[in-house]
Amino acid sequence: MNNPDPIAVFKTEALEQLELIEAGLLDLTRDLDDKAQIDAVFRGLHTLKGSGSMFGFDQLAAFTHHCETAFDRVRKGEAPATIDLVSAVLDAQGHMLALLQTPNGDHEAMSAKLLDNLQRAVGGSAKAATQHAVAEQAAASAPVAAGLSTWELTFSLPLNAMINGTNPLGLLDELRELGDARVEALTDNIPGLEEIDPREVHLAWRVTLKTDKPKGDIEDVFIFVMDDMVMDLKQTEAPAAPAAKTAAASAIDSDTDAAKHAAAATDANKAQQPVDAKAQKQADNVRVPALRLDEMMDRVGELVIAQSRLSQMAGSAADLGLRSVSEEIERLAGELRDTMMVLRMMPVASLFSRFRRLVHDLARETGKDIELITEGEMTEVDKTVIDRLADPLVHLVRNSVDHGLETPEDRIAVGKSPVGRVHLSAHQTGSEVVITIRDDGRGIDRARVRAKAEANGLIQPGTQLSDQELLQLIFQPGFSTAEKVTNLSGRGVGMDVVKKTIETLRGAIDVKSNPGEGSEIALRIPLTLAIIDGLLVRVGSGRYVLPLSAVEECLELSIEEDLKSRGRSFISLRDDLVPFLRLRELFRTGTQPDPFQKVVVVSTGTERVGLVVDQIIGDHQTVIKNMSKLHDHVSAFSGATILGDGNVALILDVAHLIAAGQHQEAQLRAAG
Amino acid sequence: MSEATQKADHRAIWNGADELSVLTFCLNGETFAIEAVIVQEILDLLPETSVPGSLPFVGSVINFRGKVIPLADIRVAFGMEAGNVTIDSRIVVTELDLEGQTTLVGMRTDKVFEVTSLPVTASEPPPIVGMRWRPDYIHALVKREGEFIILPNLQAIFSSQQNNALQATG
Repeated sequence: MNNPDPIAVFKTEALEQLELIEAGLLDLTRDLDDKAQIDAVFRGLHTLKGSGSMFGFDQLAAFTHHCETAFDRVRKGEAPATIDLVSAVLDAQGHMLALLQTPNGDHEAMSAKLLDNLQRAVGGSAKAATQHAVAEQAAASAPVAAGLSTWELTFSLPLNAMINGTNPLGLLDELRELGDARVEALTDNIPGLEEIDPREVHLAWRVTLKTDKPKGDIEDVFIFVMDDMVMDLKQTEAPAAPAAKTAAASAIDSDTDAAKHAAAATDANKAQQPVDAKAQKQADNVRVPALRLDEMMDRVGELVIAQSRLSQMAGSAADLGLRSVSEEIERLAGELRDTMMVLRMMPVASLFSRFRRLVHDLARETGKDIELITEGEMTEVDKTVIDRLADPLVHLVRNSVDHGLETPEDRIAVGKSPVGRVHLSAHQTGSEVVITIRDDGRGIDRARVRAKAEANGLIQPGTQLSDQELLQLIFQPGFSTAEKVTNLSGRGVGMDVVKKTIETLRGAIDVKSNPGEGSEIALRIPLTLAIIDGLLVRVGSGRYVLPLSAVEECLELSIEEDLKSRGRSFISLRDDLVPFLRLRELFRTGTQPDPFQKVVVVSTGTERVGLVVDQIIGDHQTVIKNMSKLHDHVSAFSGATILGDGNVALILDVAHLIAAGQHQEAQLRAAG
Repeated sequence: MSEATQKADHRAIWNGADELSVLTFCLNGETFAIEAVIVQEILDLLPETSVPGSLPFVGSVINFRGKVIPLADIRVAFGMEAGNVTIDSRIVVTELDLEGQTTLVGMRTDKVFEVTSLPVTASEPPPIVGMRWRPDYIHALVKREGEFIILPNLQAIFSSQQNNALQATG
């Protein structure tokens, strides 16, 4: 095992930290008084600053320091949290990302500008809220400052606290600075001598503290260890001056607060945010580089191939013992494969979380009021799929916001709520995951799509098109209905790229749109990319694999049908006309057809096509291997696989074949 | 490319060294040489799977240790006849950099000779006239024992064949 590069580890962790900060800030935009989030953001900034300077990211550390300072004031109640401040820090967060990625780049100007913004946000708000703050502070701190109160504090740290760099002595010293403290060590949990690990913290402490400082200051001592520690803070003696009422109130207050803090680590993180939930989970997870997973996947793939060879040999041998071992291995390999699949699955939450920021930014840029609603974040998809879906989804969400949603005025005018909604949801159906982007905007204007397509020469004027065909035109290269090009979208590049990406993932796109009510774009993606169930067929001398999920049925092409269909390539399937393709002709095998031709009917949801093959061999566990760049131009195949006998079989690209079938159908129709 | 730069270029593949270690092989009676460092393995003929719709230059794929790799025939690029399969026929697996992606590619050969080193002093640029082959497909010609060894520019051959393919499919 080689040790991971500490800088790389820092970067990964810093990226997570930045994500958490971002999520916290976005939550704050909704609820500015959320104390837990303010603390969380502050802690995040502090950690980032500390570890940044430790690993030599000095620019990042210096810059983060200013944001931390600003948030520290908010946290202490010296400055109120304002939208301006949160936005300024959000912008700064983006800059931190840049500082992290190119630590040696020239960021001076940008840093200065953002810090300026930040200063203004803090300064401006400080002034505006001075009276408010002063009044509150006077009210809050005056009685406490009036006299000494006595606190009893019991705390224990997690066993590994010292390994993580916490120094209990430092904490105690800080407590002593607050006032007269009497520290007592609690030795109940100290194990026997032979079990003691000197690196672990077994002690707990009880501190009796007489101080004139408010409770918050005591808690602040523990701010960086609060999440893991057990703490009990009680006020035993109220200050002499204020009335008993205050004392009672603050006693209750401290109780509930302590309870809240205990709960905070579990509750706030888990329930509120999927992002936080993820962070929480990561704590007891093992981090594995994706590369190693891929390597392991390859090994499992090879194992599956070797196993299918073994079962072929065992099947033809008479040895019963061999057969039972082979079956055993088949079962184990299958289970291993399934486990491996699960390992590669990630919840789409990691994909969705970034859209909160995007929508926030878009709302600011376009002046539209937008609410993003996400559903089904825990739906799991193969990691590769998640990585590749990010860009297309960004594009689709932008499109929804930019073209779909109307301005608040327009929305009110047509009787809708001024807040535009974008729904992002994911769910699993069978072996597919469906990711849907729905908005309640104006919907797709068919007339404009048609006009535009005609103007761009994509279709002939007056062409008869089904509604679905018309809507699918927006995915054609060079198509864009935006009359003015905005910063966000509307350059006509993008939608076709979206379609291409989804197709390389062997997925499909459905579009639904009701004028005035909004549009819905559904991406249907297969669960995994690495191994599929396939149907092995033979065409001429070549063997090919069809994804079993796309196969609807297999039937024999009777000799009469075959002869009859010479002129037209249709078969009638329970009163439906299904176009078919003779793969032998398509692939120019130059061989004689087998006497009994078979038709495999494949579909992608709505469209069907029959494929005429010479022989159907059977189902086959297909480990998908990508083809090299040299075969990029051959679009009839989506990949290749290795058969039990070591030969290579190509995997047919169903979407492409269906398109070819439709093309042929259209030609025949045109020919009359 | 001017004549001067082409002359200077033919030695570029030596990269300043005096000798270049190569693998020599035979295609239709001509001796070719490719850098030994990019050669992964020399294989006996394997079952091939032809890819319908692809160019004859890379008409099929093979199973190389669990990976599916393209099998290229650089005779096509040099306009030679496809040779007959003999007992000496071998597949040379090489690692090529195709548009920034390291790709394993198998190459058909009629016969593999040896790993040897070619001195830079014996190198000559491909002649401008009197050659049927595209000059940019050849790094250099190297004289040895009264014969010429052809050092093909695989990078150029593969990228131009690939462009042809993309143009062909529009």
